Amino acid sequence: MAETSSRFIGRSIKPYKSKRFVTGDGTYVSDVCLPNMLHAALLRSMHAHARIGAIDVKEALAIDGVVGVWTGRDIEERISPFPESFEIHPLPWLEGVKPVLQGPRPTALAKGKVHYVGEAVAIVVAADRHRAEDAVDAIGIEYEPLPVVVDPEESLQPGATLVHDGSNNNVVFSFSIEKGNVNRALGAQPTMLRERFRHHRYCAAPLEGRGVVAWVEPKTHMLTVWSSTQMPHLVRRQIAAQLDLAEENVRVIAPDIGGGFGPKVFVYPEEILIPFLALQLGRPVKWIEDRSEHFISTAHGRDQLHDIECAFDQEGRILALRDRFLLDNGAYNPMGLTDAYNTAAHLQGPYKIPNLSVSGTCVSTNKVPNAPYRGAGRPEAVFVMERCIDMIATRLHLDPAEVRRRNFIQPQEMPYQAGILYRDGQPVCYDSGDYPETMNRALQGAGYTELRARQPELRRSGRYVGVGIACYVEGTGVGSFEGAKVRIDASGRVIITTGASSHGQGHETVFAQIAADLWGLTPEQVSVVEGDTASIPFGCGTFASRSTVTVGSAIHGASAQLKDKLLQVAAHMLEANPDDLELAGGRVSVRGLPQRAVSFSELARAAVPGWASKLPAGLAPGLEATFYFEPRTVTWANAVHVAVIEVDIEIGTIKLLDYVVAHDAGKLINPLLADGQVHGGVAQGIGAALYEELAYDENGQLLSGSFVNYLLPGSMEVPKIKIFHLESPSPLNPLGVKGLGEGGAIAPPAAIANALADALSPFAPRVNAIPLTPDLVLELLAQKEVRSEASAV
Amino acid sequence: MTTHCAIEMTVNDKRYTGLVEPRLSLADFLRDHLGLTGTHVGCEQGICGSCTILLNGETVRSCLLFAVQAHGATIVTIEGLAAKAKSGDRLHPIQQGFLETVGFQCGFCTPGFLMTTYEFLQENPSPSEEEIRERLTGNLCRCTGYQNIVAAVQWAAERLRAR
Amino acid sequence: MRRHGLDAKILAGGQSLVPLLNLRLTKPKILVDLNGVSGLDHIRETSAGLRIGAMTRQSGVERSAIVREKCPVLAEAIRHIGHLAIRHRGTIGGSLVHADPAAELPAVALALDAKFEVLGDGMARAVCADEFFIDYLTTSLRPDEILGEIIFPVLQPSSGYAVEEVARRHGDFAVAGVVAVVDLDGEGKIIGPRVALFGVAPTAVRARAVEQAMIGQQPGNELIRDAAALLRDMLDPPGDIRASSAYRKRAAAVLTVRALTKAVQLCHTRRLS
Repeated sequence: MAETSSRFIGRSIKPYKSKRFVTGDGTYVSDVCLPNMLHAALLRSMHAHARIGAIDVKEALAIDGVVGVWTGRDIEERISPFPESFEIHPLPWLEGVKPVLQGPRPTALAKGKVHYVGEAVAIVVAADRHRAEDAVDAIGIEYEPLPVVVDPEESLQPGATLVHDGSNNNVVFSFSIEKGNVNRALGAQPTMLRERFRHHRYCAAPLEGRGVVAWVEPKTHMLTVWSSTQMPHLVRRQIAAQLDLAEENVRVIAPDIGGGFGPKVFVYPEEILIPFLALQLGRPVKWIEDRSEHFISTAHGRDQLHDIECAFDQEGRILALRDRFLLDNGAYNPMGLTDAYNTAAHLQGPYKIPNLSVSGTCVSTNKVPNAPYRGAGRPEAVFVMERCIDMIATRLHLDPAEVRRRNFIQPQEMPYQAGILYRDGQPVCYDSGDYPETMNRALQGAGYTELRARQPELRRSGRYVGVGIACYVEGTGVGSFEGAKVRIDASGRVIITTGASSHGQGHETVFAQIAADLWGLTPEQVSVVEGDTASIPFGCGTFASRSTVTVGSAIHGASAQLKDKLLQVAAHMLEANPDDLELAGGRVSVRGLPQRAVSFSELARAAVPGWASKLPAGLAPGLEATFYFEPRTVTWANAVHVAVIEVDIEIGTIKLLDYVVAHDAGKLINPLLADGQVHGGVAQGIGAALYEELAYDENGQLLSGSFVNYLLPGSMEVPKIKIFHLESPSPLNPLGVKGLGEGGAIAPPAAIANALADALSPFAPRVNAIPLTPDLVLELLAQKEVRSEASAV
Repeated sequence: MTTHCAIEMTVNDKRYTGLVEPRLSLADFLRDHLGLTGTHVGCEQGICGSCTILLNGETVRSCLLFAVQAHGATIVTIEGLAAKAKSGDRLHPIQQGFLETVGFQCGFCTPGFLMTTYEFLQENPSPSEEEIRERLTGNLCRCTGYQNIVAAVQWAAERLRAR
Repeated sequence: MRRHGLDAKILAGGQSLVPLLNLRLTKPKILVDLNGVSGLDHIRETSAGLRIGAMTRQSGVERSAIVREKCPVLAEAIRHIGHLAIRHRGTIGGSLVHADPAAELPAVALALDAKFEVLGDGMARAVCADEFFIDYLTTSLRPDEILGEIIFPVLQPSSGYAVEEVARRHGDFAVAGVVAVVDLDGEGKIIGPRVALFGVAPTAVRARAVEQAMIGQQPGNELIRDAAALLRDMLDPPGDIRASSAYRKRAAAVLTVRALTKAVQLCHTRRLS
């Protein structure tokens, strides 16, 4: 196939087919309205840990309009349990890392005992949502409260309350990886950091929560399910498996999705229960998560505690790093090792770390399950490493940018073997990038040199302005696969079908740009179909900064196959040699003889079975090809963030004065949409650094379970974000692309924490935890007062 | 509990009547009874702003009003915004602005932002960036970091001033 | 209300009550909607002060020319409440009766010694602000009473005022806040200082010790700082997820300094103009 001409790839094309979003015509799950539809509501545990006693549903059933109530006992014979994890761990990784993995298998409704506040205990179906909730309130349930474990360190203690019956301890997953000889390197080195870092619990909080509508076609028994999910194919597989149905009788549609960001990446109880009820009742059933439910039933993220030792030389070069960390997994472990191992695999960042040891332990507590959220383990790693670098700089009285320069992997060292395995089982190998240059661009963009020069004067006038840098690398475009079906229909349009669905990323536009260049069309002549299991047999989903890499490459692969066939058909019709043909403007013509041509439409109408067929002998009908791209391993994007903040040291508030991102995600398909992804990620990272926190009390009650206390950043909290793109093409895929969906969210906690430590450097604060609340800032300042009082004595 | 009230209101220049339970929210009435699903419910607590509509010309949270309270009122929802454009334009300049600058990603919060912007630009046709940001604080967006939304409001303001 | 007693709740603007209903955190059997009741939505200047009907929308008060002229601190405080779409529905009386300790309006009412006209069974009674707010979300309104109107005194044209608060985000409920009003006599000495704090106690509170320390004094940084320092012995704020008790205490003192400084400055400016 001819080289792709870049007529559309690389251009900031505005999204196609998006008018619906400004006219109110988007269709989200909650907008799906079917005749005769019933509504479900769930009774959720108010206890963090309790044995379930008698459940009395009489009063609930007596409410006018209530159709039924189901408890764990009612479904246990009919809905099989969930797997302990949805993540498939590849064999080479299992053999290389030898993790301990022992998760419990959740049930769709709690049975025997509840393990966290919010766990589903019973489900009611009624004529409308109000009545369903009335009935939930009317269910009588006896609980025998059990001791609660909310602290992951306590959870590890001998004799700790066990979250799950039948387990020996609360560890659900642990592993260690090592390169070099950390013990020797740490022992030999006098200059050392010993620090404890905490990256707190927060969540994705998409503005649309989860929601499910299920409908059974009465004559064919075909089950159709609409779900606000990132993974329609996985949902279909799980419904079929847990309800014992044939996959071909289950269709899952992910319509417009009001934000995903990670937690919609696995299958939840409601995605099984609602189809189950629709099958039981023979009527459509709808359940829409409300915001309070969202906070106690949709997965949370992050929540890691790191103890590190880091040795470095007098020039600031890191010699060894040991990190032992805990991940507070909550009550279940839907995504296995994903977050924890991502943390380990990304800890080294863009730096040369000759000796490394990381051990991670995931523990159960009586909290909402923890699962990937934008960045998935990486923001935690970056927070640890980037704080270490700044601490080294402070110790050695060096500029933090200079310490980074001294530790960077150099562009001439690419591809760089980082000495550990990735979670796909392949060695971590940074494929391309110029890390020093990425930082230069970010520093220039922020006016770093000038800021440093002005800082002493600002401090003299009582202004505490700080600059923080954070660098990271990100493995993007992870497997195990994604597919694309490319088809040319009788109208001559190219139709791309894929299993990875969009929830705001702009797939329709990006994939159309790629296909347009491959086919010599305009993006308007390409249609993109996604979010429907009926349209392509296999699909992974949209997560882990992967769609452009995997779907883009699959479009490339499928197009190559289809073009080959198209040319054979055209050659037959034009009585020419396929090698003499060329594609342009939706036509195939003989090179040099543009009038000897046949249009895509004519070709599609020729490539049919039967009497109308004009196919050459031996060629199967249909202009269609499907290709599943299975990346050998990930591509490595990199970026540097610079945050400039000002601290009001009297009341501890932090104002972001400037935020700069230099970003390298390989070849960019659409810079405008790429910027949008970075913007959104940075805003979420700002939320994590300064505002958002899921705090629990000692009884396992969530203290910030609404938008009143869970503080998403608003338009005054997110400053103007400056973005600079670098493009180091990846050698690992035909388009040279890398992923970028998560990147923006990875660095802000580290950059802002570094900026705070810098702003307050006269007070030598230990900025080891986020969120950086006004309270915490005043505490950090008070530590200095205490320290100086102590030294005065 | 099950007494129903007859209500009537004008929504997007059309007169509607309904028979509703007193506890039905205005947002649910618009969405479930009138099929105007462009008004989105993101929190039911008046925080996120996705359900913002115009009630008698002023922005309100439709999740914090009962349908019965809107009896006799004149309402504009996102579905009615295009009709507020100059005749001949298929979209209102605010809608065009959000499309031009890509002031949306998943689209869930977008209707609320558009309604807030509509009221805002009537009051303040030449806002500064700071004023725009200040007014938009009542609407949460989780996708865009507000960057392109601010640009969309600026684009729309300029277009409206030019008319 | 007399018939249904505690089974019933009054619905004013609904911006605090309806979220609680939506979350099913409160489940009254009866809601009495005042939105259809006439005669509760007005702003009138009288010899007693500005009489504002309890159902007057906050945005209406904020934009009222007469409020801006005669009692500008009230308009200033309202600008800090939530967001415009909330203030379009939220009423001045609703906020006062809800008596959230972190809200601005109770503090303004306390600072200005506003009077509350309470309507009961065919009777009306007047309650002064310091007898109106009893405890957390609790006022001295009886179950069969509603608030009819609030009388805010008219400020002197030369009065300086300020509303200072710390909120986690723009438009959030304050973690701590201060309303300050001062005037200066012919010699530039402080007269009639008023300081009320919100977010730092179960109700909004008047900082009388701070006021006392300033009366008749020449304003200056040191005076203001020393006066605000008196709050240390006065406050024992609650701690919660938004801020610790210690933080609120510290912030209250800092904000008091800032508010008084601003108010004094404004006083100077207004006296010159």
